[in-house]
Amino acid sequence: MTSQAHDQPTVVATALPAPHSSIPSIGRLVRRPEVGSLIGMIAVLVFFSIFGGANFMSAGGAASWLNVASELGIIALPVGLLMIAGHLDLSVGSMIPASSMTIAIISGHYDQPIIVGIVAALGLGLAVGFINGVLVIRTKVPSFVVTLATLFALAGLTLGLSIILSGSTSVALKSGPIAKLVFGDYLGGKFQVTLFWWIAIVLVVGFVLNFSRFGNWILAMGGDAVSARNAGIPTDRVTIALFMSSGLCAAFVGMSQAILYNSAQVAAGQSFIFNSIIAVVIGGVLLTGGYGSVVGIVLGTLTFSIVNQGIFYTGFDANWASLIIGVLLLAAVLMNNTFRTMALTYAPRTKSRVRS
Amino acid sequence: MTPPLLRLTGINKSFGPIDVLHDISLEVNRGEVLCLLGDNGAGKSTLIKILSGVHKPTSGTMEMDGKAVAFDSPRDASDHGIATVHQFGGTFPLMSIGRSFFVGAEPTRRWGPLTIYDRKRANEIAVTEMRQLGITRIDDGDRLVGGLSGGERQALAIARAVHFGASVLILDEPTAALGVKEAAHVLRIVLQARRKGIAVIFITHNVVHALTVGDHFAVLIRGAKAADFRKGEKSREAITDLMAGGEQMAELEAEIESFSAANDRHAPHGASHA
Repeated sequence: MTSQAHDQPTVVATALPAPHSSIPSIGRLVRRPEVGSLIGMIAVLVFFSIFGGANFMSAGGAASWLNVASELGIIALPVGLLMIAGHLDLSVGSMIPASSMTIAIISGHYDQPIIVGIVAALGLGLAVGFINGVLVIRTKVPSFVVTLATLFALAGLTLGLSIILSGSTSVALKSGPIAKLVFGDYLGGKFQVTLFWWIAIVLVVGFVLNFSRFGNWILAMGGDAVSARNAGIPTDRVTIALFMSSGLCAAFVGMSQAILYNSAQVAAGQSFIFNSIIAVVIGGVLLTGGYGSVVGIVLGTLTFSIVNQGIFYTGFDANWASLIIGVLLLAAVLMNNTFRTMALTYAPRTKSRVRS
Repeated sequence: MTPPLLRLTGINKSFGPIDVLHDISLEVNRGEVLCLLGDNGAGKSTLIKILSGVHKPTSGTMEMDGKAVAFDSPRDASDHGIATVHQFGGTFPLMSIGRSFFVGAEPTRRWGPLTIYDRKRANEIAVTEMRQLGITRIDDGDRLVGGLSGGERQALAIARAVHFGASVLILDEPTAALGVKEAAHVLRIVLQARRKGIAVIFITHNVVHALTVGDHFAVLIRGAKAADFRKGEKSREAITDLMAGGEQMAELEAEIESFSAANDRHAPHGASHA
């Protein structure tokens, strides 16, 4: 009985049929990680289209939530990649004002060319990201704690240095027409240019996650960091690179805000900490890592922004927006769990699984 | 006479004052299945970790093809052709089959000025390699690893090791978490790997599974090698007795009987989704 397998070695399936080609189907579509977030976004869009009236659907209405989405989206994308890799970055909340103040103090208070301020602000983002990454890999402390520490440290540093250097917590910035046009202007009087930056970053991050080897490494690290390292993935370098990208993107948003509003405040940006996490989680990224998509993150960002801004177009008190977001977050996570389970369990087309 | 592919001589391992392995000498040849038997705590895991580069032996030598080797890391061991497959096989349940098959060694192709991950080729190779091990249910490399059964995950991990040219395949309790039918399939895959000339080190405490595929057996008891024999030299009862001691023998015999009985029945499909 037990020696049967030994006496009759396996009959290997000879004439191997080519693997099925990728035929799109409903069943296949439902197994995409972003289905839950797509349904969520359509639901809130329909809801606010009905209750928000014509204004919500107008160009001005769309601009109001697209502008919010573009700034949030630029930060949510690298934060999402980090989350897929199994990390969190809370320090973005301080990175935004730190970067705003850097450009405003250098190019506003000290009257240096705007390009110097831009380079310094973005460089600061890369540096903070590098420090976050090195701390996480060297200390093995969870990135939640490490970036919580840098969140506070950077906020304190920004406030302290701003007072020492400029004597104020708010600094004015005059930037030239080119910097204005590229980073901080409204197109057609309504749409922020950051929208185009967001689209560009979506394309870059989408390429990285889906079409580069680096993207596979991110997924593998989030799935199992030890196995990923044993498979030869330079996990330390990937971690540092991801933290540097989230630092860079947060610095970019802070810098473009300073140019857009012609001034910088010390206390801006804290709302981005949780908003970016909410957008990413609504987008179907698994908080513990290993799973997520760029399309999902974009949809999560749009959903969040529609709720956040749409409420102003309805007759409801705007105070209810947070309640809706809270309920939406929970609903989205539950829905995403369901779709993830569906992606894991599927009915095979052929039942002849084991040849005996 | 050619030296064995892998030879351990006088391996000792202690963690601080605790001796875990004592004077272990083993050899395994190409196209041979060495079964490493032992109860929990006998030192099997530590021995695997030494073989796969996680731990370094306190003393003793390891040779591959007659040349002394020392592994600095798991990566180093796998560069020497030693692949380890753990009990649950693939460790990336939420990655696609093609992506997890090629983790760290992704195939690429040119796309304009860019070098991109070749998803199509990765999926094709992964599916083909799994088919060669008799897993015919899987035809789409985009499926997630988590959707595979326990046996299929083992097959995926073994297929990966074979594809990347492993010469020594260490299987750590590959059948422990599986239903009877799936376990039989994994045992068949072990024999296929053996026929390809791979040296297989099969760790188990299931004597029946060991006797089915093994050419050569070593029994570990409390960190020392208690027996070393070839196929046919000892009966199942003798091995069981040796491994577990007389008092547990009755229990194990009952287990073996239930195995024989269950092997005639149809194992419930997908019962072992881990």
